[in-house]
Amino acid sequence: MENNSNQPYNWFTPFNILTAVVLGVGLVLTIARFGWGIGAVTNLDNNNPWGLWIGFDLLCGVALAAGGFTTSAACYIFGLKRFHSAVRPAILTAFLGYALVVFALHYDVGRPWKLPYPIFVSQGTSSLLFEVGLCVFLYLTVLFIEWTPAAFEWLGFKNLRRIVVKLTLLLTIFGVILSTLHQSSLGALFMIAPSKLHPLWYSGYLHVYFFISAIFAGLSMVVFEGSLAHKWLHHKMDDTHLSEADGVVLGFGKAASFIMMGYLGIKVIGLAVDNNWHYLGTGWGAWYLVEIIGFVLLPAILYSVGAREKKLKLIRIAAAWTVLGIVLNRFNISMIAFNYHLPAADRYFPSIPEIGVTIFIVFVGITVYRFITAKMPILYEHPEYKEEH
Amino acid sequence: MAISRRKFLGCLTAALGTTTGVGALAHAASNKDFKGYPDSFGVLHDSTKCIGCRKCEEACNTVNELGKPEKPFDDLTVLDERRRTDEAEYTVVNKFNGVFAKTQCNHCQEPACASACFVKAFKKDKTGAVIYDESLCVGCRYCMVACPFNVPAYTYNDPLTPKVTKCTLCHPRIIEGKLPGCVEICPKEALIFGKRSDLVKLAWTRITEKSDRYIQHVYGEHEMGGTSWLYIAGVPFDQIGMREDLGTTSAPELTSGALASVPIVVGLWPVLLTGVYAIAKRKDKIAKEEQETAVQDAIDTATEEMNKQLAQLKDKMTKEQQTAVANEVKKALEEAAKKAEEEAKASEEGDADPADAASGEEEDK
Ligand code: SF4
Ligand code: SF4
Ligand code: SF4
Repeated sequence: MENNSNQPYNWFTPFNILTAVVLGVGLVLTIARFGWGIGAVTNLDNNNPWGLWIGFDLLCGVALAAGGFTTSAACYIFGLKRFHSAVRPAILTAFLGYALVVFALHYDVGRPWKLPYPIFVSQGTSSLLFEVGLCVFLYLTVLFIEWTPAAFEWLGFKNLRRIVVKLTLLLTIFGVILSTLHQSSLGALFMIAPSKLHPLWYSGYLHVYFFISAIFAGLSMVVFEGSLAHKWLHHKMDDTHLSEADGVVLGFGKAASFIMMGYLGIKVIGLAVDNNWHYLGTGWGAWYLVEIIGFVLLPAILYSVGAREKKLKLIRIAAAWTVLGIVLNRFNISMIAFNYHLPAADRYFPSIPEIGVTIFIVFVGITVYRFITAKMPILYEHPEYKEEH
Repeated sequence: MAISRRKFLGCLTAALGTTTGVGALAHAASNKDFKGYPDSFGVLHDSTKCIGCRKCEEACNTVNELGKPEKPFDDLTVLDERRRTDEAEYTVVNKFNGVFAKTQCNHCQEPACASACFVKAFKKDKTGAVIYDESLCVGCRYCMVACPFNVPAYTYNDPLTPKVTKCTLCHPRIIEGKLPGCVEICPKEALIFGKRSDLVKLAWTRITEKSDRYIQHVYGEHEMGGTSWLYIAGVPFDQIGMREDLGTTSAPELTSGALASVPIVVGLWPVLLTGVYAIAKRKDKIAKEEQETAVQDAIDTATEEMNKQLAQLKDKMTKEQQTAVANEVKKALEEAAKKAEEEAKASEEGDADPADAASGEEEDK
């Protein structure tokens, strides 16, 4: 994709043209959103104050960016050094993911210029959203610092780099704490509305479910993103990255299958505690089983088969499948099973411009990722710093 | 104590007489143990008296300066639609099979909206009103997600100053000693303003005295921890659009468990993680040490072996050398002896014939 030879770079690849179109449309939608208000571009209304921009951009964005803390914890805290080459791309995706989440929130909230208010002006400490906001803010800072060595290597700032690298363990521990808090709080957000969320999805354990599902979401995303990067950015990877990549896929696949089985276990406990079995026979129950069996149990089995038989392809498929499952779960909680009691006419479905803005934000992310991986030592190690780990 | 317009002022003085500056004493209703202000006000809506005249909607519109409505307030056909509160109407009256229900903010004792707001834009005031401060609001709309009664609305079409809108319990008017707009205008006294504790008593008196006319339930007495607005009706509440499955758990209690896990995570994670790190590190170290010992051992054995071999080699070599030297010496000695013998022989023969000796020597060569 990037020109590594002397021939001029071909800007007119199909993907680049698509990117240009999406970014162009996004710009128009941005003008509409800020010129005419949220109502001009979304289907949000008074009964459905949260839609796609929260359900996908915030909830899925944060869950899928969990690869950052899981990978760095595996490598630096659990001492699994063989995952080392996966840390940088994971940190980068996480950092970009969170940056995009904050970017997307500017579209969703009514007065984005007041987004610093909860932290600096008036702290609503009784709110779980406050916890989310504070932790996301702090974690974004941590991720930024964790990512700076790559930038410093690119720019040649050796001393600064050395200082940051020394902080690795501390930053990783911070990252894990902050991630635990806000990943779980995102689920806990919905605990205030037991009357609106369908009982099959509402639970006193929502925060635990969100945290655990974020871990396997993050692991899956690392694998998934890795297979995409292998396809398109292969030439950017060094031998260490390439030789370790298979081990990362295997190890993460195995870990994900274990965690997903555990997740299923506590889901069942949750059903039993609330005695919600009878709902399983309803239409909502069928949909719930689609999520739980079709998008957790089956990919988990695929993961474990792939890990046992060392079939990377199966693991990669399982990863993509799990990512879809996480999106489905977050959609169910924030949109599909939310307000389930309202008559059909009052239910929410995102508008085309709303979907457009979400696609726009995803493309902004891909474009920035491509730029950074092209310029900075992410998928390979900088030759001058190869020796130290 | 039933309160009509006339008695209201006295009541206000009694309730607030000892305190000054009601507004200044506003508190955030986030405390878990908070069960509402004892002398706060509320309104009782007696659905059996309501005639659906929409006068309360009109008064609300005037008081809050909400602008000209789409359809005039004397157009009662709108009662056939199902409406909810929004930016243009802070209160709406709906008709369910001839029975009327009025909706507006219930001014909860422990408001979900206040507990949800991450900038404390909502406050439960001492008067009972839950008031909203637009200047703090970010517009995340979590309050709308949280409100179990689906009351707050948002001005989605305002690009620059969008805000949450809802009934204020006419807080500014109460402070001035006036009744809420809707209560003041209601021609049927279907709305009664007073101290909440008195209203609960009044409600129960009514429904027990005329138990055939009323459902034995004061809606709002315990719902979601209790609300400042209370309702009594002649039909079950879920038939007039009011949810009966909300439970009595207040919003702050619903989330207190999740919030309580924060200090646990903050306190325990670093300890656990550092522990795990130390173990991993130690494992690494032990592995490394073991490896080192193994290598050292290997080296030691190898060295020993080599030394041995060397020594042997040296030994062998010395021996060989010695033999070689000895041989040489032997050879040399033998040669020397031979030579001496020959010389001796020659000297014996030389006396007789030197030419022979010379020729003999030549022959030797
Ligand atoms: S009814 Fe809704 S908006 Fe009104 S105080 Fe209660 S939670 Fe808040
Ligand atoms: S929309 Fe405003 S008032 Fe409502 S929770 Fe968000 S910041 Fe608070
Ligand atoms: S003014 Fe009174 S009688 Fe008329 S609709 Fe409102 S509450 Fe009912």
